Amino acid sequence: MAEPLLATRGLTKSFGAVTASEDVSIDLRPGEIHAVIGPNGAGKSTLIRQICGGLTPDRGTVTLLGRDVTRMGTVDRARAGLGRTFQISSLAMEDSVLENAVLGALGAGGTPWRFWRPALASADLCARAEEALEKVGLADHRHTRCGDLSHGQRRQLEVAVALTLRPKVFVMDEPMAGLGAEGSARMTRFLDGLRAEAPILLVEHDMDAVFALADRISVLVYGRIIATGPQEEIRASRAVREAYLGEAS
Amino acid sequence: MIPERWLTFAVLVGLLAVALGALVMDRPFTITLATRATILALAAVGLNIALGQGGLVSFGHAAFFGIGGYAMGILAHHAQTFTPLELGPLTITGTKSMPVIWLTAVVASALAALLIGLLALRTSGVYFIMITLAFGQMFFYFAISWSAYGGEDGLSIYVRNDFPGLNTLDPIQFFGLCFTLLCLVLLFAGRLMRSPFGLALNAARQAPERVETVGLDPMRLRLLAFVLSGAVTGLAGALFADLNRFVSPAMFSWQLSGELIVLVILGGVARLIGPVVGAIAFVTLEHVLGDVTEFWLIWLGVALLLVVLFARGGIVGLVARRGHG
Amino acid sequence: MSAILIIEQVLNGLQFGVMLFLMAAGLTLIFGVMGLINLAHGSLYMIGAFAAAAVAGATGSFLLALAAAMAAAAAAGALVELTVIRRLYAADHLDQVLATFALILIFSEGTRWIFGSFPLYLDVPAALSGPVTLPGGIDYPRYRLALIGAGLAVAVGLWALTQHTRIGIRIRAGENDREMIAALGVDIGRLYTLVFALGAALAGLAGALVGAIQSVQVGMGEPVLILAFVVIVIGGIGSIKGAFIGALLVGLTDTLGGIFLPEFFKLFMEPGAATQTGASLASMAIYILMGLVLIWRPTGLFGARA
Repeated sequence: MAEPLLATRGLTKSFGAVTASEDVSIDLRPGEIHAVIGPNGAGKSTLIRQICGGLTPDRGTVTLLGRDVTRMGTVDRARAGLGRTFQISSLAMEDSVLENAVLGALGAGGTPWRFWRPALASADLCARAEEALEKVGLADHRHTRCGDLSHGQRRQLEVAVALTLRPKVFVMDEPMAGLGAEGSARMTRFLDGLRAEAPILLVEHDMDAVFALADRISVLVYGRIIATGPQEEIRASRAVREAYLGEAS
Repeated sequence: MIPERWLTFAVLVGLLAVALGALVMDRPFTITLATRATILALAAVGLNIALGQGGLVSFGHAAFFGIGGYAMGILAHHAQTFTPLELGPLTITGTKSMPVIWLTAVVASALAALLIGLLALRTSGVYFIMITLAFGQMFFYFAISWSAYGGEDGLSIYVRNDFPGLNTLDPIQFFGLCFTLLCLVLLFAGRLMRSPFGLALNAARQAPERVETVGLDPMRLRLLAFVLSGAVTGLAGALFADLNRFVSPAMFSWQLSGELIVLVILGGVARLIGPVVGAIAFVTLEHVLGDVTEFWLIWLGVALLLVVLFARGGIVGLVARRGHG
Repeated sequence: MSAILIIEQVLNGLQFGVMLFLMAAGLTLIFGVMGLINLAHGSLYMIGAFAAAAVAGATGSFLLALAAAMAAAAAAGALVELTVIRRLYAADHLDQVLATFALILIFSEGTRWIFGSFPLYLDVPAALSGPVTLPGGIDYPRYRLALIGAGLAVAVGLWALTQHTRIGIRIRAGENDREMIAALGVDIGRLYTLVFALGAALAGLAGALVGAIQSVQVGMGEPVLILAFVVIVIGGIGSIKGAFIGALLVGLTDTLGGIFLPEFFKLFMEPGAATQTGASLASMAIYILMGLVLIWRPTGLFGARA
């Protein structure tokens, strides 16, 4: 079996008396989409923050491309090849779509320590940004102010900014959130193709998308992984039905 | 609504026209007012790099203004008293040369901004405001206690400093010098806004976590913005001291920090020309209302309240749409 | 340097500290509950001092003057809260700073308009004038000792208020979750006005109490306000306990620094230079203290950890 590109081992994090993550071990292998599902309050956000930086676990490790990044900050993890999207779009709303994408290109290949020539005059940066916008289908909106985009377009831009980094691993926090049926279907098709570029750790509520995309699924309940496996296994698991799907249906 | 670029151009031409008109009509006091507006505009353009682009609400920019002022005051004081300045093993003679003074002012205020920034940027929001305010006050009290350079009374410089090839005592020539510096700094600030650094800095203000996740450190962006901002305000301080031929702890006062923020907001935050418009409006109000009532600051307060509560975007926001590209 | 001088200076530092606490407590409460940074808190301090000086001048009664100071500051605070401040709770900090800066201009110049630019004087009440002899034969001004007592009493009172009364429970609940307590039927608007008026009254009290040992003049509030900010940065925003500890630290550091630093430099410098260096460093001592706390704990000694 291929070496996982992203792995957590025994991640544990408590806030006072509440244990938000307990002994969480997850793998992300090359070429796969690994979905993490779980009811509200299961500790998905806490888990993502420990994986992406910004929250240090009490115990356990996070490994990215074979390197231990547990103590690394968000910035360094991004540079090490982690591309992330947010549940609630985090974009520079006053700036244009292209400028948002160029920001990603700056972080990835360029340097922000240049002060004279306009960023948008740089062919390198723009080419990289345009390529990503093209992929998500936003190229026609490159000069639109980000704040004027529809909700769905912002979700696409969110993914495009992550794409400009050409990451080795994606971590996506509910990319379907707030998308309509059609938007979800389009995003699903897009992510389906994206796994060839880099594997995706997908935290998602939209079960249609999860079952359409996921090679493997992990179920998180009260901070613990109660099951990990291919779709059929998860569907069949009694524990999962009781803890999660039973509630949902 | 007119494009922002045209407004920038029109405002600068207007400022120049006022000074030249005053020259023709032989009203040197009006030239001095225009110079005052130009220098305050420069200070506010500096603040706006941190405030408008970086989103850093610095309530301590008088610190840099004052450091620039004292850089001028100390160097010129040693030059006019013919006493060398002893800094430990280093002995420096004073100078009356503006370029040297400017360079000193810029370097000294940039260093101070680096130190204050390293501490204050460990925090954010209200903490940042209170800490910059406090450090500004620290310099104020330090200047008061520093009796070698006049303490509370400040330092008088008898003759304005020199600039090669110019007679700086001629109001219009000194105005021209300040105006040129303002234009150069505006050019720099305008380029900065669209440069890769400016793009990243502006994004760090709007969506810091996004900037982090593309592998850029918002803290370092902000720190550099704060240093550049302090350096420009320091330069303005040196000019202001030369305009008045006097420096005193008042240059460090918290009121001045507040007024600089007011200039930026009154004109329009995050707009290139906003601080210049704000400074011109401020000096005009100060002069016109100051003639009518001793208590003109009440009306400034009322106007400011109205702007904050009802007209975000300031004067520039009312007349010009935001330029893109 | 004698022990007597040291004890005297420690008492001076405590007195300064508890007065700072009266300012800082209101500020930190207002920030903790409403999330508002109020620069005009120094104006409320000034209003208290002017009201006290005016009423003491008219009636000769110090107690009436104190009551007037608190009432005037509380009324000004409530008025400002109802007209301006409540529009700012949802605004960003920049708007809060600007609007409250505008209030300073209005209050300061308005006061100058009414009372003129000359300072007023407020006399220490007869019952508290003169020195008192402490154990060990130290003569110390009775009034300053009373200030320490008054400050400590207010601190205890505030603690009891926030921990043990219904209104205090609501205030603390408001800090944690304003939607929740609104859902429980508490009138959040009235609660905010009340908290703001309470903070204002404390500032007014401080202004009146300090006004009797300094002159009462326009602009007296802002230096104290900025020191109160230093106190809050050190103590941690929103924490009354932090404000108390921070205030005492700042009061003692400032007072003792002014005495001891010049003496310290005299150990290895010539007296003139030592006095100069010591005085300059003493003027920066509390800000250096603040810087050290920031390096160690950016959210203050008792602030919520980020």
